Amino acid sequence: MRARVLVRPKAGILDPQGVAVERALPALGFEGVANVHVGRLIELDVEDPSQLREMCEKLLVNPLIEDYEILEDASA
Amino acid sequence: MRTVDRALALGLTAGEFELICEKLDREPNEVELAVFSLMWSEHCAYKHSKKLLRQLPTSGPRLALGPGENAGAVTVGDGHVIAFKVESHNHPSAVEPFQGAATGVGGILRDIFAIGARPIAILDSLRFGEPSSPRTRYLLDHAVAGIGHYGNSIGVPTIGGEVYFEGPYEQNCLVNAMAVGIAREDGLIRSAAAGVGNALILFGASTGRDGIGGASVLASAELGEQDAAKRPTVQVGDPFAEKKLLECSLELLDRGLLVALQDLGAAGLSSSSAEMASKGEVGLDIDVSLVPLREAGMAPWEIMISESQERMLCVASPERVAEVLEVCAKWEVGGTVIGSVITERVLRVLAGDEVVGEMPVEALVDDCPLYDLVVEKPAAGLYPAPVAVLDHDVSDPRAILLALLASPNIASRLPLFEQYDCIVQSRTVRRPEQADAAVLALPGGGAIAVSIDGSGRRVACDPYTGAVEAVLECAANLACTGAEPLGLTNCLNFGNPEKPHIAWQLTEAIRGLADACRALDVPVVGGNVSLYNESGGGPIYPTPVVGMVGELPSAARAGRAGFARAGDAVAFAGPFAPRLAGSELSKLRGEALAEGLEPVDIAALRAAQEAIRDAVRAGSLSSAHDVAEGGFLVAVAESCLAGNIGVSLELGPNDELERSLFGEAPGAGFVVSGPRETLDSLAQHVALDVLGTVGGDVLDVTAGDEVHITATLAELQAAHGALAALFP
Amino acid sequence: MRFGVIRFPGSCDETDAVQACERVPGCSATLLWHGDADLHGVEAVVVPGGFSYGDYLRVGAIARFSPVMESVIRFSREGGLVLGICNGFQVLCEAGLLPGALLPNTGLRFLCRQIDVEVVRASMPFTADCAAGERLSIPVKHTTGRFYAPPDELQSLHAHGQIVLKYAGGHNPNGSLHDIAGVRNEAGNVLGLMPHPEHAVDPLCGSADGLKIFLSMAHAHG
Repeated sequence: MRARVLVRPKAGILDPQGVAVERALPALGFEGVANVHVGRLIELDVEDPSQLREMCEKLLVNPLIEDYEILEDASA
Repeated sequence: MRTVDRALALGLTAGEFELICEKLDREPNEVELAVFSLMWSEHCAYKHSKKLLRQLPTSGPRLALGPGENAGAVTVGDGHVIAFKVESHNHPSAVEPFQGAATGVGGILRDIFAIGARPIAILDSLRFGEPSSPRTRYLLDHAVAGIGHYGNSIGVPTIGGEVYFEGPYEQNCLVNAMAVGIAREDGLIRSAAAGVGNALILFGASTGRDGIGGASVLASAELGEQDAAKRPTVQVGDPFAEKKLLECSLELLDRGLLVALQDLGAAGLSSSSAEMASKGEVGLDIDVSLVPLREAGMAPWEIMISESQERMLCVASPERVAEVLEVCAKWEVGGTVIGSVITERVLRVLAGDEVVGEMPVEALVDDCPLYDLVVEKPAAGLYPAPVAVLDHDVSDPRAILLALLASPNIASRLPLFEQYDCIVQSRTVRRPEQADAAVLALPGGGAIAVSIDGSGRRVACDPYTGAVEAVLECAANLACTGAEPLGLTNCLNFGNPEKPHIAWQLTEAIRGLADACRALDVPVVGGNVSLYNESGGGPIYPTPVVGMVGELPSAARAGRAGFARAGDAVAFAGPFAPRLAGSELSKLRGEALAEGLEPVDIAALRAAQEAIRDAVRAGSLSSAHDVAEGGFLVAVAESCLAGNIGVSLELGPNDELERSLFGEAPGAGFVVSGPRETLDSLAQHVALDVLGTVGGDVLDVTAGDEVHITATLAELQAAHGALAALFP
Repeated sequence: MRFGVIRFPGSCDETDAVQACERVPGCSATLLWHGDADLHGVEAVVVPGGFSYGDYLRVGAIARFSPVMESVIRFSREGGLVLGICNGFQVLCEAGLLPGALLPNTGLRFLCRQIDVEVVRASMPFTADCAAGERLSIPVKHTTGRFYAPPDELQSLHAHGQIVLKYAGGHNPNGSLHDIAGVRNEAGNVLGLMPHPEHAVDPLCGSADGLKIFLSMAHAHG
């Protein structure tokens, strides 16, 4: 099945990419934008979805500086 | 659609199409038309420039490899050669500046290791519109990031470069990338395929649809029913893949496994294989079904012209093939036999057992028609006057100095080159802004100096003289580090040569380039031409860009640009006859471009440069800095800034003070400092005036009783730091 | 002493590190291929700068799992000297041999600049040849050098004297917390730093202050 892992910077850690994007949007005329964070999406076909958590903890994510969310797309 | 119409849509002329039919004795099929349209394009065939380029001097005692191979090379000490070349990537950078600039760097690096040299330096020459334009700021930011991304990741230092901002480049930016490499003279390899029966091996990244542009008309019948995702894509570079490719290539050469090596660049497989076959006077069979693909359902013509990056072709004898593939596997670089060398001098494209194209190699590489240009000197100026940023009635020299230092063409480039790793490989003896040229140590105590210089606006004023000046400016930069020029590479960036006034610019500029190189005894080792740089807004300034490599005997004595020691005497040297025509001050004032520039006395400049060079080599000068944009006073300020120390000068009364302070004459004037005796001794070899002393933290210049210019180092630094605002 | 310098696919400064180690009297250096788990009897390991595995996924994230790194982890647990420079520092943090993590520079751009670091702790085995408070002029060149550790971890690092180098006032190029430029593990045999000492060993090319770190390692080994 097709799984997706969303990785985002841990709350409380300075995210200069998010800040840069947040500043760039009003310059293009988009108002009312706040709290922007930039992360990463990892997509993979897995035979055994129960292994996903361990994959994240071991390789896909650095738990010291990142949080993650596993989205399993059973419809794919 | 009739074949001839397809041909026209692909950029061939009716005459060229007829000639192709004649050569094939029939109409070309889909694969053949695609290949011919690229091989006979301006970019690959140099149709409008080749005849002119034959004027350039291409021989000399230090020449190891001249034009015609992937890069040229000159000999330095100890059995080593230095390979170098410059190439443009202008049009892709205007579309996607990060990837355009990155893949430009990737492409020129491949040209260096394709001849067996390890790349040791990158330099780049950039031109954009005025920074007041958001588009310019976007292109600048992304191009610099792209160059940094590729060079830094692959571990080759970016040690120098230049950037200019002028209105005519707004729609047509220029990104010229130069690379330098080192090899043992007996380690150079050529690209000529040889040995009938030998294997043709493709290695590197897989092949996709990157860069398939103008051939889209061929696809139109097929793409109509298919997925939009199959449409052509921008070339995306992967420096990590190229790093592995580089090490793999050098190891293959080190182990003597290869007969020939060639990199894949413009027009991909088709041009590389055609050139390999042409040089070797053989033919090649290529089976496109064997090419590793990253996209499904690619047609043979797509596979032949794809410009997917980070790929090389090599030829190896059958007994060596297994070892070659082993080395490729070790470096995690795909290696596949895709064809073989044949006797018949054709490029034969197969898809499995089926022959899908067969073209005589000579027709592809040698028989493209070369055109004579129709030349006409323009009656009126081609370019609008620059927008004024300095009021014409501002005449206070201090105000003018600060305005020039803060102007985009003169301000410090620190915000750019701090984004480049300039020290990896541990050879960099002079980093950007420490001296007028970058200096790299060679094994054995010697060193090379490298500079890249071009001119646009001055060449627009006078194409012949402007081109001569560009060469002399570059040589002057080398002289200030103590280096003697060994060879030159050039990139000629011009508008549409089918227009007589552009043809005139190109013809005159090449004539100037040739004369200057001959007068300096500097051979041209190779280069590149980029034409058709124009759009609705008009053509770019004619922009010949020159890269020079020189050698100096002692890395430890490489010259520096900045004043170094309080108490040193300061002098101005050289046959400097400054003029405001074509100067940066003239531009800031919004003056129309001058028509014509003062002729250059090349012999006098050469003699002065040699005197400066010898003085630097003797080790007793503290600093040497040539006078370029902005003129004499700007050069003095730059020496203060580089040395972080002030200076006090007495110039004596002067009726033409503005011209003396801010007039320009590229390659002809030098600000030098050192012990008084050193300068007195230098005065025996070059016209020289001692003007004052280094010291303090103020630039203090008097000219007779009435003119007194002072600026603190802090004020100079504030003005000089203007470009930081472009990189928030 | 024999130094071993690891070469990953994408390493850039490994030959520079070899050259730097060989400037230390009585020392030699050899390259250790990432795929080879054998450390070939080297007495100190240098994990060099560069873009191992293209910095893919996260800096250092893939390199830490290479066969040679398994051996380096074992080597360090047995007290072997390990120096991680720039990308090497990132690899050692990912491998858990050093605390904290390296994040993108606050300026978001690659930055190559000669800066001053201050020696916070002059001691064996990495800074014994320096004096506490001494300033070393060493270049940095990276996009991802902002040192981060959670507040309690930071406190612990200070308490255990694990902060070895910090950026001198005004010289912090990347926003590292507490101006931290280099940290060691609790046992003290592993050091990671973002600046490149191997590019500060030859006055011809800049400063020679970085040589002190390699000298200290050789002296520590005895």
